[in-house]
Amino acid sequence: MRSAIKFLSLAILGLAILGGGLASPVNAGEVPLPNPAKAFKGEQCVEPVDVMRRDHMTFLKHQRDETLREGVRGNKYSLNECIACHAVKSPDVAGGKVRTLKPFCAECHAYAAVSIDCFQCHTGAAQ
Amino acid sequence: MTEQKTIDTAKRAFMKAGASAAAIAIAPGVSLYSIGAHAATGPASSAKRWGMLVDANTDEGVWDIAVEACKKEQGWGGGNNPATDPQWIRKVSIKDPKTGAKASLPVMCQHCDSPPCVDVCPTGASMKRADGIVLVDKHICIGCRYCMMACPYSCRSFVHEPVSGQKPHMPRGKGTVESCTMCVHRVDKGQNPACVDAVNATGSQAMMFGDLNDPNSDISRAVSKFVTQRIRTDLGVEPSVHYRGI
Repeated sequence: MRSAIKFLSLAILGLAILGGGLASPVNAGEVPLPNPAKAFKGEQCVEPVDVMRRDHMTFLKHQRDETLREGVRGNKYSLNECIACHAVKSPDVAGGKVRTLKPFCAECHAYAAVSIDCFQCHTGAAQ
Repeated sequence: MTEQKTIDTAKRAFMKAGASAAAIAIAPGVSLYSIGAHAATGPASSAKRWGMLVDANTDEGVWDIAVEACKKEQGWGGGNNPATDPQWIRKVSIKDPKTGAKASLPVMCQHCDSPPCVDVCPTGASMKRADGIVLVDKHICIGCRYCMMACPYSCRSFVHEPVSGQKPHMPRGKGTVESCTMCVHRVDKGQNPACVDAVNATGSQAMMFGDLNDPNSDISRAVSKFVTQRIRTDLGVEPSVHYRGI
């Protein structure tokens, strides 16, 4: 009798797990993974994609100091170059009339709860 | 305190390389990753000392042109609060009460050799480049406005209102201090500041820009030929903007 109850409870547990798995094949209720737009031009960034994803903030921060404080210009990493390739049209910015970088950055930054916003001061609009 | 671990991306790349070696190595010496050549210029050198020479004995209309050129180049102006709106360069009229002689001159950041704004800045945002151009690093400016109080020339402005439509070369934002940058983005490309070019375009020689350290530059020759003055030299801040006729 005891073993029968144990078997039954295990069976119910198994069904619950299986049912739960079947009911949510696309992680319903979870925040969807970010899906940043493809580059406007070009196929290859200045670094491989995984390096850019992890270290873009370091590249930009180091180079901004070199540019502003030391006067080094034309180096490899540049916010304006980011804009040239990755700015996208979004209905949230200027009614979708101009390409701007902010929605591209926000795609992952919103997911990862990153609060930095370069575009309070920098223009994100493609020129 | 938890120590942040750095990710060894080279190791990851090596692990991946085994799987994708065939895809990447098309032929010996040929790579799919073609990185564009980046010709960097700079850094700014202390061998140079950028300065300006302003001739106040000229038609005062050119100073309005200089101010407008600055607004257009750097994207300031157009506010409704003259008392607090940013003002990078202004036209000042002076008159000698004894003789009645009048003159008009533009006043902007004087790019001092010993800038008081840099001395007082609590964060290091206010800074002087090696070539003497005084700038605000808005990334670390906290908007305390000490530099505005310290500047003997009242040449710094605080941005009170939200800003939009900034120029790509000149980020501007509410809550930071800003001032004349001597058009550092143009100078680094070998060009003149926008105000100087605009005044020159009218055929006037009223503004001159160049390297004060180079004895053969036009500005050095002019400064050595004519008697020039700088504003408030008694303070010992060694401004780099010279004036004639004031």
